[in-house]
Amino acid sequence: MSIGISIEHIGVAADSDRGGPAQPLLTVNGLVKHFDLKKGFVDTVMGRGKVVRAVDGVDFRILKGETLGVVGESGCGKSTTARLLMHLIDPSAGEIVFNGETVGSPALPLREYRRQVQMVFQDSYSSLNPRLTIQDSIAFGPQVHGVPKQEAITRARNLLERVGLEPRRFAGRYPHELSGGQRQRVNIARALACEPRLVILDEAVSALDKSVEAQVLNLLMDLKEEFGLTYLFISHDLHVARYISDRVMVMYLGKVAETGPAEALFEQPLHPYTRALLSSMPSMDPDRRTEEAALAGDPPNPIDPPPGCRFHTRCPLAEAVCSQRAPSLKTRQRRETACLIHEPGSGHSHAAAVAAAVHAS
Amino acid sequence: MIFYLLRRIVYTIPIMIGVAFFCFLLVHISPGDPLVSILPPDASIELQKQLMKLYGFDRPWFEQFATWFWRALHGDLGTSIASGRPVAAEVMRAVGNTLMLACMATLIGFLFGGLFGFVAGYFRDSWVDRIASALSVLGVSVPHYWLGMVLVIIFSSWLMWLPATGAGPGGSGEWAWDWAHIQFMLLPAITMSVIPMGIIARTVRALVADILAQEFVVGLRAKGLTDLGIFMHVVKNAAPTALAVMGLQLGYLLGGSILVETVFSWPGTGLLLNSAIFQRDLPLLQGTILVLATFFVVLNLLVDVLQTTLDPRIQRS
Amino acid sequence: MNTTASLPLPQPRTKVEAIERSPGFWSGVLAKLMRDPVALGAGAVLLALIVMAIFANQLLPADPYATSMFKRLKPIGFEGYPLGADELGRDMLSRLMLGTRLSLFMGITPVLIAFVIGSAIGILAGYAGGLVNTLIMRTIDILYAFPSVLLAIALSGALGAGIGNALLSLTIVFIPQIARVAESVTTQVRGRDYVEAARASGAGPFTIVRVHVLGNVLGPIFVFATSLIAVSMILASGLSFLGLGVRPPEPEWGLMLNTLRTAIYSQPLVAALPGVMIFITSISFNLLSDSLRSAMDVKS
Repeated sequence: MSIGISIEHIGVAADSDRGGPAQPLLTVNGLVKHFDLKKGFVDTVMGRGKVVRAVDGVDFRILKGETLGVVGESGCGKSTTARLLMHLIDPSAGEIVFNGETVGSPALPLREYRRQVQMVFQDSYSSLNPRLTIQDSIAFGPQVHGVPKQEAITRARNLLERVGLEPRRFAGRYPHELSGGQRQRVNIARALACEPRLVILDEAVSALDKSVEAQVLNLLMDLKEEFGLTYLFISHDLHVARYISDRVMVMYLGKVAETGPAEALFEQPLHPYTRALLSSMPSMDPDRRTEEAALAGDPPNPIDPPPGCRFHTRCPLAEAVCSQRAPSLKTRQRRETACLIHEPGSGHSHAAAVAAAVHAS
Repeated sequence: MIFYLLRRIVYTIPIMIGVAFFCFLLVHISPGDPLVSILPPDASIELQKQLMKLYGFDRPWFEQFATWFWRALHGDLGTSIASGRPVAAEVMRAVGNTLMLACMATLIGFLFGGLFGFVAGYFRDSWVDRIASALSVLGVSVPHYWLGMVLVIIFSSWLMWLPATGAGPGGSGEWAWDWAHIQFMLLPAITMSVIPMGIIARTVRALVADILAQEFVVGLRAKGLTDLGIFMHVVKNAAPTALAVMGLQLGYLLGGSILVETVFSWPGTGLLLNSAIFQRDLPLLQGTILVLATFFVVLNLLVDVLQTTLDPRIQRS
Repeated sequence: MNTTASLPLPQPRTKVEAIERSPGFWSGVLAKLMRDPVALGAGAVLLALIVMAIFANQLLPADPYATSMFKRLKPIGFEGYPLGADELGRDMLSRLMLGTRLSLFMGITPVLIAFVIGSAIGILAGYAGGLVNTLIMRTIDILYAFPSVLLAIALSGALGAGIGNALLSLTIVFIPQIARVAESVTTQVRGRDYVEAARASGAGPFTIVRVHVLGNVLGPIFVFATSLIAVSMILASGLSFLGLGVRPPEPEWGLMLNTLRTAIYSQPLVAALPGVMIFITSISFNLLSDSLRSAMDVKS
């Protein structure tokens, strides 16, 4: 039974499934974002200026109803990717296809897309307007899309109930009166108020206490089930990503290193970077304790990324060819890897052995 | 840092052009004929036209601005309509007097303001602190032209310790650094020092309290550093900002001295502006404002440059 | 019914009309001010002055314009003249009381107008960012390159004496200062996640500014503007003191100070009285502004 939520004037047509469940909900092709560094006077005159290659050619898909986890070190482009998907910043190149339509095309104008894709930010405090009551914050989105105020308020209170906050006690409060976990529940309700199909969770639980984190994660999983949502879950915490994700995407310096089903990827990482990242995970098992730092130092500067494979400066298996050729994403058995080792005939000494092993299996 | 300084200097150029343009506009927003003060009431149209041409008022505004700006760059600020003397010479003589007074006032303000602020910040929330805070509110709230009058009433009229007006015995004359002259400067300088005193006291108090609360000072104390050592440390860390505030205050006093100079008949830019306004001598008004504003902009630049050099932590965009 | 599109929400357990409401931000600020003795004192003084300004005609003990050749420069407590008489034999008490009207008006009006215009300019520059911001703020920088006293005197000196010109000059002095503060606060707020979230839900710039920006920037801008009122009072009276603002015979504290300057040797206490009024008013505004700042927890 649905309460007080009329969908008619929001446009049901765009919500309908195109191409059945097999077609991805979101497809990203060659997404690029270069930030101009602040140029000095001389640079402007000379016409030169450096760019930060925050996201540098990223391709991926999100399937209907799945949770895609995105992991990587800070500065790898996870959050920029999220902001690009939300169109909060304009991409330098690339396209985003949502439900079979290119975002920004006449068939799917930005405004309509924005209702169907919502985001939950990391900082639960700064993402709520301190001068608005909780219910006004949640009701803002629907009102933008033409829902009458009273109805939007009713919807906000229902959602508060649903995320586990008693409307009578919380609807009229201000953000500073709530705890971090409660505020993040409000942010989730706010994201759901526009009835989106895809929710981007950008480090949404990272700032919470461990006990609260688990509660919010479980809430997210329940809501997904109940409302038929699709998640893009960005996290630097590998345990959390593994727990909640169906598939996981590993990013390094603005590029995709590896994608695959969560279990397979965590059990048997293919890319040397994924392996290094996973071995840096603290483990309870003494036999699997990390003996030495797998990833030494910081990632290289995204202003001047290394040539060839971006990971070769820190990769234990790097060879001469790695600094000359950039690997491309190769698909094998639902897994994608961008590493010359997994590219037959790439010239990397391990490539032949890996190919043979695959044949044998 | 070199690049920051260069950028800062280059950035001052458009500001100066804008300031010059604003000064130029002053004549044009002024109602009535700019020549009205020198023309006899029965002047013929012919004479009027002749004078318009002489002063260049008949040409288009941008041409007038370009000519005026070009001349100003070469130190020619035109001719005073009232006195017929070059504006630049009149302004420069007055600026010297104003600068002297403003420097003295800033010095007094800095010494006493720094002292009050330091004591207040060192003994935070004590009665000294409360008195210093109250004084600094009084300092920024007092109408200084009125304070000047009150000081004249007390020290000149009642106690008869100090002279009330002028800049030297026997009317005008050359300035000298002897008591006969300096006593004329004391009252206006003290009057003017009140505002920077309040502001410097406030700044220093906040700075000192901040520095004392920082962890490394707590650490120094734990290591057994003496009070003198900590004192030196605080002074070293508070000095750049305090000096910067003092520099800015000097700039404000240069521009703000007109009211106090009027009260004490001090022969500076304030008195000059006053007579320019009431004789409707617009070239003189324009020239004085331009010179004072230039001083202010250059002083701001110097303060910035000095502060960046002294304290490399500051990186302003 | 389209099942993918509608949210199967449970029935709310409570009647939705009966929610608990927290006091809003401004009522919280007011409550803090009411507990602050300094704010109460300063507020009471200002309230008294405002009442005096509004009801001056009913409260005046004597005609503030009536001159008397025989009662010139009488001391405080002179018979029939509780605060003495000025250089034309007019009753000082009545003139000081009526002077409240013009002095407050001249001090507050420029800040009010500058608050409206400066906020609009600053919020526009801050929210638009980029080239618009650069153009606006660099123009503002030019006016900012003048010390306020100099700018006020230059403008009203060029425009000529008169109340209107003095108000205009002071307004122009305060617009850049308020615009700068408004721009910096707006730039900060624009970077907050809730503005991003509002953009992400598809709201247009005007809706975002109205709902999310104004409520968060007007408070700090207002606090800053109130701190300018004391400056404005002193400057406005200063212009009249120089003969650039209010013209005789209207009573205004700065102008009265000017005309009584010659009397500082014969009747010093009477001559100093108008300045006391300016001083009291400007202290009260400063103290109230400081209290407001701490009640709103705005960093200076």
